[in-house]
Amino acid sequence: MSFFDRISGRKDKSAQNAKERLQLVLIHDRTDLTPAVLDALKDDLLDAISRHVEIDPASVRIDIARDGRSQRLVADIPLRSVSRRRTR
Amino acid sequence: MGAQIVTITSGKGGVGKTTAVANLGIALAANGKKVVCVDGDIGLRNLDVVMGLENRIVYDIVDVIEGRCRLRQAMIRDRRLPGLFLIPAAQTRDKTAVSPSDMLRLGAELRSECDWILIDSPAGIERGFKNAITPADRVIVLTNPEVSAVRDADRVIGILEAEEKGSPSLIINRIDYDMVKNHDMLSAEDVLDLLAIDLIGIVPEDQTVLIAANRGTPIALDDKSRAGQAFRNIARRLTGEDVPFMDLDSQDGLWQRLSRLTGRK
Repeated sequence: MSFFDRISGRKDKSAQNAKERLQLVLIHDRTDLTPAVLDALKDDLLDAISRHVEIDPASVRIDIARDGRSQRLVADIPLRSVSRRRTR
Repeated sequence: MGAQIVTITSGKGGVGKTTAVANLGIALAANGKKVVCVDGDIGLRNLDVVMGLENRIVYDIVDVIEGRCRLRQAMIRDRRLPGLFLIPAAQTRDKTAVSPSDMLRLGAELRSECDWILIDSPAGIERGFKNAITPADRVIVLTNPEVSAVRDADRVIGILEAEEKGSPSLIINRIDYDMVKNHDMLSAEDVLDLLAIDLIGIVPEDQTVLIAANRGTPIALDDKSRAGQAFRNIARRLTGEDVPFMDLDSQDGLWQRLSRLTGRK
């Protein structure tokens, strides 16, 4: 919040609030993916990948990104480097 | 094949579909086109009162479909504009009185009668909505800058895409420029970004819409009305003209314009 907003006592703008809430709701409406389904999917994905390469489950991010009227599943899965593994 | 059939729908009720159909019909007819407005909201007839034609109804859409009258007998001619007609909904029946194939047949018959057919869809995504979109060449989704209206519009757009009706165009109705300026209303850009379809018009909030509906003289007939101007612009865009979007800023009252001139916010 900017200094001006603070002295004028302005709270978060409701239009921004509306937009952010709608972005989430529309993704769920369009894909029929609830946060619970997404979590289950994430667990399965991690299991499958861990069988082949070493990853840090805590650093994995799986989100749904909007692209016009279509949605895509975006997974960001950092791999542990081999050299770090050796030094341990 | 003649006329183009345009259906206006929204999912949510009360966002201004009937007002839009009445005003687009008037604006197209004022440009010399022959236009038939069809009230698709069977059982909740309203287009007749908004257009001010409620006292002249003899036959309705169900009478045509069930063969109790000829098509032309159900077309009420507007006395203000020679090219404007209304086919009213039946008031004492429900949506099941009409099927999508009835609407296809009605649409096919109407095409040779005029240049434009505008269908006012009922709210919802059930039978009445299916009836209204089935004969359409083009669908316009109308919404308000408000969470429930935008969400319903998104559902309707999804259904239209699944039904392979092509991507609809969007009208954002009742934008209150002062509220947008105070960041207390979704802007047209916000709504467009969320729904991600083609924009065909932005209509400002305008008290003259209600006053005009009270009188049964839609605002597209009023040269001074901002919303009327917005609907006239949409009608021109429908006919393929490239009309720039209204600068809502310039629609402010005298005081706002003066304060801008003097650099005050």
